[in-house]
Amino acid sequence: MSGLAPVRPKIVPGELAVEGVSKSYGALHFRKDVVQNCSFTIERAKLTVMVGPSGCGKSTLIRLLAGFEEPSAGRILLDGAPVSGPSRDRLVLFQETALFPWMSTWDNILYGPRARGELTRETLEFGEFLLAKVGLQDFRDKYPLQLSGGMQRRAELARAMINNPKVMILDEPFRGLDAMTKELMWEYYSRLYEENRRTNFFVTTDIDEAVFLADRILVMSNIPTQVRAVIEVDVPRPRKLIDIFENDRANDIKKQALSILHAEAMRSFSRGSKAAADFVEAYLKRASRA
Amino acid sequence: MTKLLFQRAFWRGALSVAIFLVLWEIGARSKVWMAPEYFAPFKDLLGAMGFKKDYLPWVGAVPAPSAVLKSWIAVLGMHGYWQSWYMSFFRVMGGFIAAMLIGIPFGLMLAVSRVAHGIGFPVFEVLRPIPPLAWVPASIIFWPTQEMAIIFITFLGAFYTIVINVLGGARSIDVRYFQAAQSMGSSSWDIFRRIILPGTLPSIVVGSAVGMGITWEVVVAAEMISGGGSQQAGTGGGLGFFIWNSYVGGSYEQIVVGMISIGIAGFISSELLRWGGRYATPWLRVR
Repeated sequence: MSGLAPVRPKIVPGELAVEGVSKSYGALHFRKDVVQNCSFTIERAKLTVMVGPSGCGKSTLIRLLAGFEEPSAGRILLDGAPVSGPSRDRLVLFQETALFPWMSTWDNILYGPRARGELTRETLEFGEFLLAKVGLQDFRDKYPLQLSGGMQRRAELARAMINNPKVMILDEPFRGLDAMTKELMWEYYSRLYEENRRTNFFVTTDIDEAVFLADRILVMSNIPTQVRAVIEVDVPRPRKLIDIFENDRANDIKKQALSILHAEAMRSFSRGSKAAADFVEAYLKRASRA
Repeated sequence: MTKLLFQRAFWRGALSVAIFLVLWEIGARSKVWMAPEYFAPFKDLLGAMGFKKDYLPWVGAVPAPSAVLKSWIAVLGMHGYWQSWYMSFFRVMGGFIAAMLIGIPFGLMLAVSRVAHGIGFPVFEVLRPIPPLAWVPASIIFWPTQEMAIIFITFLGAFYTIVINVLGGARSIDVRYFQAAQSMGSSSWDIFRRIILPGTLPSIVVGSAVGMGITWEVVVAAEMISGGGSQQAGTGGGLGFFIWNSYVGGSYEQIVVGMISIGIAGFISSELLRWGGRYATPWLRVR
């Protein structure tokens, strides 16, 4: 594969700034504030992971960042310029697969360049390179339904990366995979990130996933969503899976994040949130195991 | 083919058909075997229920499969019988293809454009509940030839089903596909061609299969009511008219021949359609 290396185009990572963003649905007394005066930065060439209890408005934030919806207030800036509408600069990897079922792996990967009429020789070579990178050369002509869950996620990574997005947004991409495949995907994805150092924004509910992958962790509050804490994960790379169980620093970070999430969950638990109740239950189970 | 003969499912199917035919034969011959005295109480019971006393109700009045087969063989050599096949197939295909050509674009238009939906859908929804057969008198009056009237009625049979399926199919495409395509820089035309069209194809196939079934139901009734279209005397007016003609002529075996012929014709068209559908949606074959 070393012969293919020169075709890799230069990657220009971007920086996304969220400034005082609010989003609400409905009107008058049916109004529901999902995101309220939320500010954070997704730093350039870093892997930022957002963790928060389920139903805390993370998916809403992603729709805002991707430009599928407009914020009710505040603004979102990519490298200083306000974002408007969906764009190849900010690509989303959705929960579960969003590969087009009627296209082969290869056609899925080439979707972006073909849509923009950029199907040059270099793009095709880059596509070949990515196909090899995600280890799907033997599955080039297979349909998504013929791929396993892990393969689908990798094909989708390739489909996004061929567009050279300035920011990659991943919405719980490894949800629904079995534990084994999930851990393999963590290792695979973090190796990929260490190689290319794009700006990545990764959303999850899994604290282990967050600690293993992240440069920075944003711990979110319950609805209406705000950032509760920003934790720098200074565990050296490349990381090994065993680190998240044995590395003291990783465990400290995990405890720190969990206690914030727990406090957050307890607060809304007293307000009767189902999501919070689930979280508290999961937290107690984890605590008894540790 | 040889593989088929060793499959248990095939033999189960064959057994099912054989049992059906045997019971039918026995029932149809009930006039003979119900003659003896010891059936008297049973016959009185039938009489008390208002049936004829000397054979089993319904099945006893139907011609036996052996008689039907004999009549079928006789009819196989007749030009009129094959002409009926041809006429019915011609009408079904004419109406069906017209329904696809008009229904698929119309359904897609309703799905894609809010304006088209607002203008087109209310009229469509008012016309949809009118059964195709209620159109028979009106279409005989308004279309210049009988033939066009019958094809129009078969067209209606498939049209509504196809439109509803296309509309529903296009509407149920996962919104993430659109979002992904938009993010990657797709134009509206590109999204239509590469997302909406293939995403709707499975529904088009299902709608067509259902529509094809309705088309056969409708063509037969239309042929009966309209007298088989403008044709020379005899049995050249389609399978529906073939049945009706046999009824008028008192050939009960031929009625059953006509019925089974329609069953076979419908089966052949559905099979063709299924084959075409599998060919059009290769990504669904791989499960």
